[in-house]
Amino acid sequence: MSSKLQDFLEKHVYPTQIWQSIFRHGKPINDRNRSLAVLSNVFLHLHPIRLPRYATKYTYTWGMGGMSFLLFLVETVTGILLMFYYHPTATQAYIDIKSLEFDVPFGMLLRNMHRWGAHLMVLTVWFHMFRVFMTGSYKKPREFNWAIGVLLLTITLFMSFTGYLLPWDQLAMWAITVGTNMARAVPFLGHEGPFSNLLGLRIDNDIRFALLGGTTVGGPTLLRFYVLHCIAVPFVMSFLLAVHFWRIRKDGGISGPQSARLANLNKVTQVKAALGKKEESTVAQPPKTE
Amino acid sequence: MFRWEFFLEIIKKPDNIPIILLIIALIVYTWIALYKAFDNDKRLAEGRPVWEAEPHNQEKVHTWPHLLNIEFIAAIILMAGLTLWSVFLNAPLEEPANPGVTPNPSKAPWYFLGLQEMLVYFDPWIAGVLMPTIIIIGLMAIPYIDTNPKGNGYYCWKDRKFAISVFMFGWFLWMILIVQGTILRGPGWNFFWPGEYWDVHKVVPLVNVNLYELLNIDPKTFWLIREMPALILLGLYFLLIPYIVSKIYRKFYEDLGFARYTVTMILLLLLMSLPIKMILRWTLNLKYILVTPWFNI
Repeated sequence: MSSKLQDFLEKHVYPTQIWQSIFRHGKPINDRNRSLAVLSNVFLHLHPIRLPRYATKYTYTWGMGGMSFLLFLVETVTGILLMFYYHPTATQAYIDIKSLEFDVPFGMLLRNMHRWGAHLMVLTVWFHMFRVFMTGSYKKPREFNWAIGVLLLTITLFMSFTGYLLPWDQLAMWAITVGTNMARAVPFLGHEGPFSNLLGLRIDNDIRFALLGGTTVGGPTLLRFYVLHCIAVPFVMSFLLAVHFWRIRKDGGISGPQSARLANLNKVTQVKAALGKKEESTVAQPPKTE
Repeated sequence: MFRWEFFLEIIKKPDNIPIILLIIALIVYTWIALYKAFDNDKRLAEGRPVWEAEPHNQEKVHTWPHLLNIEFIAAIILMAGLTLWSVFLNAPLEEPANPGVTPNPSKAPWYFLGLQEMLVYFDPWIAGVLMPTIIIIGLMAIPYIDTNPKGNGYYCWKDRKFAISVFMFGWFLWMILIVQGTILRGPGWNFFWPGEYWDVHKVVPLVNVNLYELLNIDPKTFWLIREMPALILLGLYFLLIPYIVSKIYRKFYEDLGFARYTVTMILLLLLMSLPIKMILRWTLNLKYILVTPWFNI
């Protein structure tokens, strides 16, 4: 930064009441301010203030979880913008997609980013799972967060699947037809599945009918998938993301060789020890808190 | 015969680009994971700490700037890459949806093609419903059945041979099925070699037979008697194999306990059932092992 600009900022911007009301700490030039920068920012404080060096290496984390979240945000932003130009009706949907290409400024870029981002997100989520498995990071105490992660992976696929129908072209309609045909075969609940006669299921009252809003992929399906894609599934996903991120921190932060020590931390014996009971000797040393 | 133009026609479909990324990522990240795993194995064998536990790497550093720097750079690269991809390659848009015209082949989105490929070998209620449910539940169950305390939070191979082998087997099976479903399955879901012309008129004779037909049992026999060999085979598969394995690998069984061992074996046998059915189809043209009035396996 040029020293002139820096002088200007130092004199006329940083000391102002507005600046100081937003950034309630000094410049991050010393450890205290760097800590405060992370701690006093709602987004950055997803991170701990300090972390072991290996956790900052790309070869350890592959950055797949973070990239998945970034792509989730890309999908949200481009998705909101796309919603301004889209009607989820069988007569209008295809025309709206065409007008994105020919009428809307940067409409095609918007749609491309949304589609490629979605494909990429499926990959990053899969490789996030692969990394977490290969480092054994699902082990105690992170079992539950792994389970949440599996649900998030499933939801990511479902998000991508529901979005696939919305362009309402041949590709969309038939991919969804093939995909939802599986629902015919659900045991008990699909009309072609084993034991479906026990519940008296027909093509017009089984689980596939509930998903499609009809016996074939049509206008009502488009509306259902639109609501699922834009409102219902993102709603569930946001909750699970919150739990996923929260639990990373609560389960001891980024996984690492120190996790084994953390896993030995048995809360019950700790409480008993605090009450002066005999089990004291079995209590493992809690990890150093920084 | 291999013809580049036919091969490229399939590869260059915009929605198949993720498959190419997938193949590249599989090679790169499998290599990284195994390289680091073997490196750590060597360190442990020499009595040194694993890479992650080295004093230098255990040192605490500030999130600002050490982590935020690399996150920022990763974000920039990702966004730049995604933007370039979106500028130069348009998302596909075919003719308007028309329920009267069925494209051939009709394919699900690429990430579900593993499931669609399974339909060749299993009925829809298994391939499309049971297997996905088992995959999801099985993945969620991993931390609760893998009680091995070693290998927690660092790459390794020797300490987790069984867990890593099983996971990698399932992972690569899934990926191979997706790649196969995308590139090698053409009209009528028939198999086409890479670079082969996707002929919609290709006729593949259906010569698959059920197990009782292979054994020359009269199809009109009461089904419970007709299917006795199948029931015995399935019984042996799901009961005898776990029993024998528990006797041979007594320590493995005792470490897990009855409940965990049972769940592990059921998941493992279900995972193996797919390649087994695939091989039986290729070698014996086997359609169903078990045929009942309600469902077939």
